[in-house]
Formats: sequence, C-alpha cells, structure tokens
Amino acid sequence: MGGDDTLRERALAASLMKRASLWRDADARARRLARGRTDDAGDATRMADDYRLLAHDLARVRTLLPDSRAREYLEAAYARAHATLHHGAWRAGSALLTLFRDELPRVVVALAPYIVWSSAIFVLTVVAGYALVHRYPELIALFASPDLIASVEHGRLWTAGLLNVVPSSVLSVQILANNIVVSLVAYCAGFFFGLGTLYILGLNGLMLGAVFAFVSRYGLAGQLLAFIVPHGCVELSVMCLSGAAGAAVGEALIRPGQATRMESFRVAALSSGKLLAACALLLVGAGLIEGFVSPAPHFPLWSRIAIGAGYWLVMLALLSGRLLPRRRAR
Amino acid sequence: MSRAPDLAVDSVTGIDVSLAVAGPGARSYAFLIDWNIRLILAFTWYALGALLFNGRLSLAAPATPSGRWFVLVLLPPAAIYFLYHYVLELAMGGRTPGKRAAGVHIVTRDGGAPGAGALLTRNVFRLVDCLPVCYGVGLAAVALTREHLRVGDMAAGTLLVYERAAPAPPAEFRAQGKLDATGLEIVHELLARWAALEPEARLALARRVLARYAPGEAADAGEGSDGEALRRRLERLAGA
Repeated sequence: MGGDDTLRERALAASLMKRASLWRDADARARRLARGRTDDAGDATRMADDYRLLAHDLARVRTLLPDSRAREYLEAAYARAHATLHHGAWRAGSALLTLFRDELPRVVVALAPYIVWSSAIFVLTVVAGYALVHRYPELIALFASPDLIASVEHGRLWTAGLLNVVPSSVLSVQILANNIVVSLVAYCAGFFFGLGTLYILGLNGLMLGAVFAFVSRYGLAGQLLAFIVPHGCVELSVMCLSGAAGAAVGEALIRPGQATRMESFRVAALSSGKLLAACALLLVGAGLIEGFVSPAPHFPLWSRIAIGAGYWLVMLALLSGRLLPRRRAR
Repeated sequence: MSRAPDLAVDSVTGIDVSLAVAGPGARSYAFLIDWNIRLILAFTWYALGALLFNGRLSLAAPATPSGRWFVLVLLPPAAIYFLYHYVLELAMGGRTPGKRAAGVHIVTRDGGAPGAGALLTRNVFRLVDCLPVCYGVGLAAVALTREHLRVGDMAAGTLLVYERAAPAPPAEFRAQGKLDATGLEIVHELLARWAALEPEARLALARRVLARYAPGEAADAGEGSDGEALRRRLERLAGA
C-alpha cells in the first residue's frame, strides 16, 4: 500500500512539474500587467485564469513538494498574480470628487457629536484664557512671546506693518504650512487616547482668550478682531474639526466596542482622516486670506466681515457636500 | 523579539496567499536609504538654488528674503523632504527606492497595493511615530507588535512585507522511475549549474547525488570517474 502511495505521489508530482511552462507564462503576464495598464479584455480574462491555475497548482505543490524550489517559485508567482489582480483602478479626479461630494458629508454627520464637543471645549478654553488674563494680567507671559507683549504695551498690534517685513506670498505659505501641521498634530495626537488632542485644543483656546484679554487692556481688541475675522472664522473652525477627528481616534482606542482595539483604531483613523483632507484645503484658503487680506490696512471692516463670513459659508457648503454638483437622477 | 509569522491572505480561490512580514531591521534599512536620498536631493536643490540666486559662492539666505527666494529655493527642498515618502509610495505601488533596496513593500491586509487615503494616513502618523526622537514610538511599536507594525501602519491597515525573491523558474521534466520530483529538481539544478561550479565541487556534488538517488550508478562512479562521465550519468538519471 505504502509503495502504491509513493508511486502515486511521484506520478502526481511529475505531472505537476510538466506545467512549469504555464506557470512561467502566468508569471510573465502578471509582471507585465503590474507594470502598466491594458485595455485588452483578453488579457484580463487570461489573468483570472492564470490566478486560478497558480492557486490550484500551489495547493498541490504545498502538499506534494513542500520544500522544493517549485513551491518557492509558485508562492512568489501566486502572490504577484494576487497583487496584480487586486490592484484597484485609481483615478485621482474621480477619487477626489467622490471624497468631497459623497464621503465627506457622511464623515461630518458621523463626527457631529465630536465636532460639537470639541467646539465646546475650544470655546470654554477661550473663555477661561480670557478670564485668567483679565484677572491676572501678568499671566500673559505664559501664553505670548516677549516681543508680542512689548508691542502691545507700546499701543501697537504685532500684526501692524507685517507686510513691510514679509511679502504676502511668503507669509501665506508660512501660515498655511504651520496651520496644516497644527491641524495634523491635533488629529494624530488622538492616538494618545484623545489626551493629545485635548491638550492642543485647550492650549490654542487658552492662548486666543489670553491674548484677547491682554490686548483689550490696551484698547486694541477691535483691531485684533478686524485682523482675525477674515481668516479666523474658518481657521478656528478647522481647529475644532481636526480636534473632532482626533477625539474620534482617541475614543476608538478607549472604547473599541465589539472590534479589537487595533481594528477600531484603524477604522476611526481612516474614516475621520478624510475630514483632514477638507481641513487642509480650507487652511490653504485661510492662509492666503491671512497673508493677503488680514494684515493689509486698506481693507475696511465690512469687507473683512464679508470675506470671513463668505468663506465660512463656503466651508459649510463643502462639508455638507453642496459645493460640488451632483449628477441628477433620470 | 520573535520572527513575524507570515501573513496569510484569504483568496477567492480558497488558497491563501502567503506574505513574509518585514521586521525592524528591514524597515530601518529602508528608512535610512530613503532618508539619505531625500536629504541629498533636498540639500542639492537648496545649494544649487542658493548659489544661482546669490550669484556668488554663498548658501546664506538674503537679509530680506523675497517671495522668489522662498518659492524657488526654500519651498522645493521642503516639499522633497516632507512629501518624498507619500509621492513615491503612491507612484511606485507601495515602494520607495529604499524599500526596493531592502526588498520590502507596503501592502494592505488583503495583499493588494494600498490606496492614496491609506498611504496618506500612514505618512501623517509619522508625526506620532517619530516621537520623542529617532522614531522612538515607531520602533517600539514595531518591536512590540506581532506583525511589526508602526502606528502609521495600524492607522492605515497596512503592513510591510518582503518582496518574494523570484527564484529561477523550475524546469519541466519527465517522470523517472528512480527519482521523485525533489530529486529530479536537484539533478536538474546541478546540471544547469555544472559549468559554473568549480570542478572539484561539481564532482563531489555529483557523487553525492548519485549515491543518494542511484546507488548502483554511484558504485561505478568511483574516485577515478571523470567529470564528463558523471555528467552523462546524471543526464541519464534525469532523463534529459
């Protein structure tokens, strides 16, 4: 009996090895298709057939020739065919359209409670920062640089004459790069069970409130408001949105629910991360406004308010998916 | 730290795809190569830009930098340094020159190439991985997780796996009474590499193969048998 089994296995193995030229063809096709695109439907069909052939033969080789070079070859060819076959088509334009038109509004709805909470935390810390410095003005040294304090004490905002030092274009890029980094950090810091996000939201809120309290002592609050309004409506909202994305990541780690902690983290990071794409886009606009409009003295207050409110409405339209046209159902 | 288990990816065929997960060594090796490449590229751009902009042998920034200095000299190196991984991974299907040199690439949990969103998430989380210095958090995560994942990989659902080295395709051969398929493969391998082997080495290998798979033939192939005779015996054995 044992001899029969050996003979049978030997015959099976030998018949399997006769198919080596088919494996070589399949592997060559997978490599070729992995490198480029094809419009030939025949190629795609043959690739699917190749995949089945390789899977079938690999299963037999794993049993009959477990330590052979043939197995090594087939494992590699099968993995390559799998990757080639499962490499989804990706077109940047359509992916971006889907993201901003369809996925983003869904993410915003899903993150709505987090957006409310992170906005509330931000507002509370602004109020706290204001109250703190209003009551104890010397504490401004914790939140502002000595240059800023000296400038305000001399009755001038540090933003006055900013464009005499740095061109608008440079200022815009510096600001938008800095804001995007802060926004990304607020999101990523959610990994520390949400505490990092809370810290960044809180610190920024305290700073804003503290600086407002400080400048109001010198009668400069109106000027600072006029400077902040054009870009700040969106910039501060984006801070809350990034905080919401970070908070969702943090909660996924604290309360993973039915899934494993890692799985829950992955789902939350990938889903809420989509909001960051919108945040980055909005911060580019806010950076340009902050570089070209906010420090320019010739813009009257009404135009600043109009720009700030208008851009904020654009943000709402983008987040609700109304900015991009939908195809009408026939 | 144990070796990572292979990642078994389910397939519609019912036969799983086996991928070898890369560990901290391969990751660090790939990162160092990439880091050097992007540093050299960024510095070269800055140096050439500064020399052309200044019009003299100086890399210093002007006292009052203009918009042109910023856009032409400073911005491109920064873009090269910070977008290097994302852009190349997207363009090269989860690979960079460093990863290619280390023989690794990024895959999703289903074995496919990662999409733009996953790659972006993976790279954004470098902000956490690089804390506090020298990728401390990332390296600790890689060392402590079973599949050697850094935080960016956990967030994006990706893994770093070895590219399977492509062995030479196996030769076709006919069934022979004396040899099983493994034996036939060994004999074919020896015959294929016959000319490249040192004469003493190939004689010794031929005698060992004959002793194992054809003891009768091995008895004839004594010390005196020359290389040509041994090769003919191996060819007969393989049925070539």
